[in-house]
Amino acid sequence: MITLSVNGQEHSYDGDPSLPLLWFLRDEAGLPGTKFGCGEALCGACTVHVNGEAVRSCAVQMSDAAGKTVVTIEGLDPHGNHPVQRAWRAVNVPQCGFCQAGQIMQAAALLKQTPNPTDEQIHTAMAGNICRCGCYQRIEAAVRTAATGV
Amino acid sequence: MTHIDKSDPASVVENVSRRAWLKGVVASGSLIVAASALPRGAMAAWKTGADAMPHGTVSDPHVFVAIDKDGIVTIVAHRSEMGTGSKTSLPMVVADEMSADWSRCRVVQAPGDEVKYGNQDTDGSRSLRHFVQPMRQCGAAARLMLEMAAAKRLGVDVSEVEAINHEVVHRHSGRSFGFGELAADAAALPTPAPDQIRLKDPNSFRYIGTGSVPIVDLFGITTGTATYGADVRLPGMKYAVILRPPVLGSKVKSVDGSAAMKIRGVEKVMEVKGWDWPAKFQPLGGVAVIARNTGIAIKGRDALKVVWTESPHAVYDSDTFREEMLATSRKPGKTVRNEGDIDAAMKSAARVVSAEYYVPQFAHAPMEPPVATAWVHDGMAEVWAPVQSPGGTHDDLCKTLGLAYDKVKVNVTLLGGAFGRKSKCDFALEAALLSQALNAPVRVQWTREDDIQHDFYHAPAVERIEAALDGSNKVIGWRHRNVAPTLFSTFMPDPKYQQPLEYSMGQVDLPFEIANIRCEVGEAAAHSRIGWFRSVRNVPNTFATQCFVAELAHELGRDPKEMLLELIGAPRIVDPRKTTVDLWNYGDPFETYPIDTGRVRGVVELVAEKAGWGRNLPAGHGMGIAVQRCFLSYVATVVEVAVDDKGKISVPRVDTAIDCGFFVNPERIVSQIEGAAIMGLTVAKHSAVTFKNGVAQQGNFNDYPVVRIDEAPRVTNVHIVQNGWDVPSSGVGEPATAPFAPAFCNAIFAATQKRIRSLPVGDQISL
Repeated sequence: MITLSVNGQEHSYDGDPSLPLLWFLRDEAGLPGTKFGCGEALCGACTVHVNGEAVRSCAVQMSDAAGKTVVTIEGLDPHGNHPVQRAWRAVNVPQCGFCQAGQIMQAAALLKQTPNPTDEQIHTAMAGNICRCGCYQRIEAAVRTAATGV
Repeated sequence: MTHIDKSDPASVVENVSRRAWLKGVVASGSLIVAASALPRGAMAAWKTGADAMPHGTVSDPHVFVAIDKDGIVTIVAHRSEMGTGSKTSLPMVVADEMSADWSRCRVVQAPGDEVKYGNQDTDGSRSLRHFVQPMRQCGAAARLMLEMAAAKRLGVDVSEVEAINHEVVHRHSGRSFGFGELAADAAALPTPAPDQIRLKDPNSFRYIGTGSVPIVDLFGITTGTATYGADVRLPGMKYAVILRPPVLGSKVKSVDGSAAMKIRGVEKVMEVKGWDWPAKFQPLGGVAVIARNTGIAIKGRDALKVVWTESPHAVYDSDTFREEMLATSRKPGKTVRNEGDIDAAMKSAARVVSAEYYVPQFAHAPMEPPVATAWVHDGMAEVWAPVQSPGGTHDDLCKTLGLAYDKVKVNVTLLGGAFGRKSKCDFALEAALLSQALNAPVRVQWTREDDIQHDFYHAPAVERIEAALDGSNKVIGWRHRNVAPTLFSTFMPDPKYQQPLEYSMGQVDLPFEIANIRCEVGEAAAHSRIGWFRSVRNVPNTFATQCFVAELAHELGRDPKEMLLELIGAPRIVDPRKTTVDLWNYGDPFETYPIDTGRVRGVVELVAEKAGWGRNLPAGHGMGIAVQRCFLSYVATVVEVAVDDKGKISVPRVDTAIDCGFFVNPERIVSQIEGAAIMGLTVAKHSAVTFKNGVAQQGNFNDYPVVRIDEAPRVTNVHIVQNGWDVPSSGVGEPATAPFAPAFCNAIFAATQKRIRSLPVGDQISL
């Protein structure tokens, strides 16, 4: 039995330990905010925080998540008002919106570590998160907005 | 003015039936669903092709609007939301016309039901173009019904009252009633006759054209609570993935699922039905693995051993196919537009300039891969899916499952991107067939590899253009040959030639003033499923024509923009109908949407001015320009590139001008065009799916790269032409993708003197 904390709640899992954390969150824990986009850690749609760091949940096996603290988009802020979420709304970032949970989780981790990132730091941190609709100009603006406060 | 859409059907339907859903939306005291009374297409200021689409348009407020006693107005969005913003923009049109306060409006997504809502096929950049007028009529009719209810209560003539900001006011006495107070009385009224309805004076629009309304799902998207295709979870639901035939036309010969069944959590391995090709949107078939969750199903699928039958399409090899298309393009093809005498022009030419262009096959790759949940039980089917065509999906489900119209319900979730892929509902049919077989709710998830290897692809193309020049370097002849497999091969025995719908997107609709023009299409067979991708054939056709103009300019030592304007010629209407075999005008009347070279010139001149065309650029930089009339809008782009000493290309700036007529939500037009620059850059720089032995060679974002934030244009500026309100609305979602690649490649030439004639650019100019 694997136990882990997700958004402040204890969860347990009794299945194949090689299961990617993503599918535990989505299909077993009932937290569909974290999205499946590639399954190979190439697109960032499934980004969550594990022990405070942004990781691709499709590339973390349940055995490696055991005992860890996981935060998903649903748990980022109790009211959905994390500065990054507010900035995303202020800038009207999303088009289809599918990748945005991953983008927001990545940006939140970036700003925690680097509160005032340069353009290059934003690019480096966000380059793992694909947006096929092409919201990058606004993502960059929203990260900057979140850094400076909204 | 953000609000949470709590009535999202996907979150409601888990525990309710169709009847309860309707009851939930149409709460007591609200407008009651009744038969459509407004004649379809009534009162339109301009005629569109909307009524020629299946089930046409509906504008009856009894269908689209509900008001509860607290005054909350619920407006139905009947088109699918895939990122263009139409789920916000069309209800906003209704709200504006009915003088509702947007902060007191809610939007619910309609299920697939074209009999009730009119056409729902969210494709072809048609949502605003075809429904802005019906939705205005709908809102205006609702406003009149509220005014009639208030007038009756006051015992005055309806002309004495006026709906203003969510209430109806009696001008003389100042007495007023909130919409909620009037809801029950208004709902009991029949829909007013068309000649009673007055549309608002556009000068009094509160939301239309202002660009300050955020999309209705904004809060849900940023908090992970918006519902997409894979987010619906039903009690007892099974999780499935399918191994599909690697070559089109193959079927399962034998399956060994024993290793898969040994994986903990795998519940079942079963064959699923496939259709003989061509099969429209019917599933490819294959072998399904059902498991306790999707991750285990994928692991089980990896352990399958399947032998496939042979297929004639195993001969398909992209490199060979390209050579064949090239050879075809060098021979006369089928003439589809013929004006003047091209042979005489070529013979008399002082000089002939020609070039050949190639655009490869590519995949849509929306961030949300295809996915659907279905529950088929007790002679009924209910599906939850991100489909662009809810009505078409409904019909295909009825046909595939042998069920009557009222036994099927298609709940439309948000679409996590689509770009044309989700017009094809094969994934929803797969889920329904599996649910039927397993007698349980089933979710079928496509992996990224499934998506890229089993798409309805954008067809590859070779385009050859020849221009005849006279002694004074005037272009007197233009021959354009276009060779590509046709998307109609998905629907019928392969016609092997591009059809009017295809060659009318950028080939025969050429807006140039040239005396002798011949457009031809060449034979090419399809060996994979061919579909349509954002901008469709405008992508290769615009690439060819707009690169060729820049090549001509270079040959003649001219400025590319001046050359382009000279070819476009004087402002006039170009009418190729008489010289073209069945010109397709995007399904809309030519009289409403002619080819207006004044507007072509307009966007070229606007974008050139805004981009600072001709300004001094740093070393290694270059600018390119391209224009297209695309989905009845006019769109021109200037791309600035910077190429470093290793041949690495970046894009400091993009400017795009669009003339799309009457517009509703400029903020979303800007976002569509910003996005089109990214998608255009991906098409230009990266996109190619290649086949060997009939098998797609790419499978994920490692070998099918897309533009990421670090290579995105640094700035994209969008310039919307400010038209009068009487200019018909035209497309926005697709158009701006088309001119990007040629503008980009023309910019590369300006920077490096290296001509790109084959996409993707890839490492063609790397050192």
